Amino acid sequence: MTDAALPATRDRPMREPTSWERLRSNRDWLGFWFMVPTVLLLGVFLAYPLFLGIWLSFTNTKIGRVGKFIGLENYEWLMDDKVFWLSVTNTLLYTVVASVAKFAIGLYLALLLNKHMPFKAMIRAVVLIPFIVPTVLSAIAFWWIYDSQFSIVSWLLRKAGFITTNINFLGDPWNARWSTIFANVWRGIPFVAITLLAGLQTVSPSLYEAATLDGATGWQRFRYITYPILTPIIAVVMTFSVLFTFTDFQLIWAMTRGGPVNATHLMATLSYQRAILGGNMGEGAAIATAMIPFLLAAVLVSWFGLQRRKWQAGVGND
Amino acid sequence: MSDASATARPVEAPSVTREDNAEGMEFLETWQRRLVFTYFPLAIIVFVLLFPFYWMALTAVKPDDQLLDMETFNPLWTWNPTFKHIYKLLFQSNYPKWLWNTMYVASAATALSLFASVLAAYAIVRLQFRGAQLVGGLIFLAYLVPPSILFIPLASIIYSYGLIDSPLSLILVYPTILIPFATWLLMGYFKSIPFELEESALMDGASRWQILTKIVLPLAVPGLISAFIFCFTLCWNEFIYALTFISTTGNKTVPVAIVNEFVDGDIYRWGALMAGALVGSLPLVILYTFFVEHYVSAMTGAVKE
Repeated sequence: MTDAALPATRDRPMREPTSWERLRSNRDWLGFWFMVPTVLLLGVFLAYPLFLGIWLSFTNTKIGRVGKFIGLENYEWLMDDKVFWLSVTNTLLYTVVASVAKFAIGLYLALLLNKHMPFKAMIRAVVLIPFIVPTVLSAIAFWWIYDSQFSIVSWLLRKAGFITTNINFLGDPWNARWSTIFANVWRGIPFVAITLLAGLQTVSPSLYEAATLDGATGWQRFRYITYPILTPIIAVVMTFSVLFTFTDFQLIWAMTRGGPVNATHLMATLSYQRAILGGNMGEGAAIATAMIPFLLAAVLVSWFGLQRRKWQAGVGND
Repeated sequence: MSDASATARPVEAPSVTREDNAEGMEFLETWQRRLVFTYFPLAIIVFVLLFPFYWMALTAVKPDDQLLDMETFNPLWTWNPTFKHIYKLLFQSNYPKWLWNTMYVASAATALSLFASVLAAYAIVRLQFRGAQLVGGLIFLAYLVPPSILFIPLASIIYSYGLIDSPLSLILVYPTILIPFATWLLMGYFKSIPFELEESALMDGASRWQILTKIVLPLAVPGLISAFIFCFTLCWNEFIYALTFISTTGNKTVPVAIVNEFVDGDIYRWGALMAGALVGSLPLVILYTFFVEHYVSAMTGAVKE
């Protein structure tokens, strides 16, 4: 309401005292001073590095040595690099599978939590814990759960008679991929579930009551009431989810460091390995820069999601 | 649509029993159905979500001889817990130093970010200077720039400023993650404060600074708490910058130290590792239990805005 009223008061010829007038004309300067800390911090440590990173990717900078401009050489080098392409496909697989799983299970969990039940608040609080505990620390716990010799999962499956030998969770390429994806999904579900639950709680129960009276089935109620109302929030949540999964670093680094034989390297872990451990800042920067087009795609999706949200907000849904 | 339903609700509400009026149609489900389609899947999901923590805590208090012997001892429980691992961690290792580093960096970075965010959010929402919308959009975009593509150039910047291996580098860099989030969250809170309050204060001769500190901030306390604990959690959780910038053992933060310092050839390291992970998580979990609602509103608020 106030937002809409503001521009109107600005343009209206003012009859208020001059002090108000003066403050109004000072707004730009005041705004400038208020923005100084943010602009400085974000400018020096976010915007500048963003462009510096792109510049570095065109140089042969090494740690402790200033590089020279070498054009697209880093990228040409990466084009022929099998490990780089493996990391790209790993990243895409990791992102797509984990995001779809997080969305499906997260939405399912949100729908379950939206029902009336005893201890609802407590269950909701407990569900968020994987999100609160630092990722690296829970990744370490997963590392132990995935141990090749003393894995509790292997032990349980062995006792239950499903397998005879321990599963080599992190030692085999495909096992390692699925294991890390599982850990990522595990870590991401609470965020998706709780934010979608917040969206679900804005849906008026009367809509479901009316639909039920009209003979709608459970699936129809979900498809034609819940889903359309949730779409904008789903778009935003999933954009964030995709973005953070795509650029994930810590989970992989804590569990496998890209191994076995590069099978779980994501673009982020590979760029860390090449740039910081290997010292080839230029090459690492090129890998990091190669992630930008994907991120831009995600941002565009987010933008359109938000647009749609505004459009729906006009109808009265939050 | 929902406006109409909102007005209709008070009429029907008294006819339904008080405790389940949130979901008016639940009586249509039999309890068997609820058991199979609600409680059972919910129990499985909650179990899977919590099991790693149970396993972490159990491993941290298990005696060494039970840790790796899964045949004579049931691995899922222990009857003689030991605090040996935790004791060693707290009194015979650098762990307290790492914990202190993490807390120091997280507090300082959060304070710096909140200061900057409060000013920025107020300026964007209330001062409405020329280009405020654009700046707000840019800050949102900054939210979408992940650390994974910034750490390489940042390492060279930090190095050239001579800040490498110093906690100050983290305090200065973490706000790039926190400010965009906190600004958007606070913008939402500031928008909800009636503009008339500020107008009347302006009329009474208050300065913008007085309005901010005496009217807006006291009213936005829930938002500030949300922003504070969420920022604090993000700092505690941060890994890639801390891993890249800090190399001396004594300067590390808990997540980095756990990954780099605990991993040796010792076959019994698991007890110490899990104790480290457990103790490193506890401060956040304790903070969380006190402020559950603030966490939820921070998380959902940032997404909704």
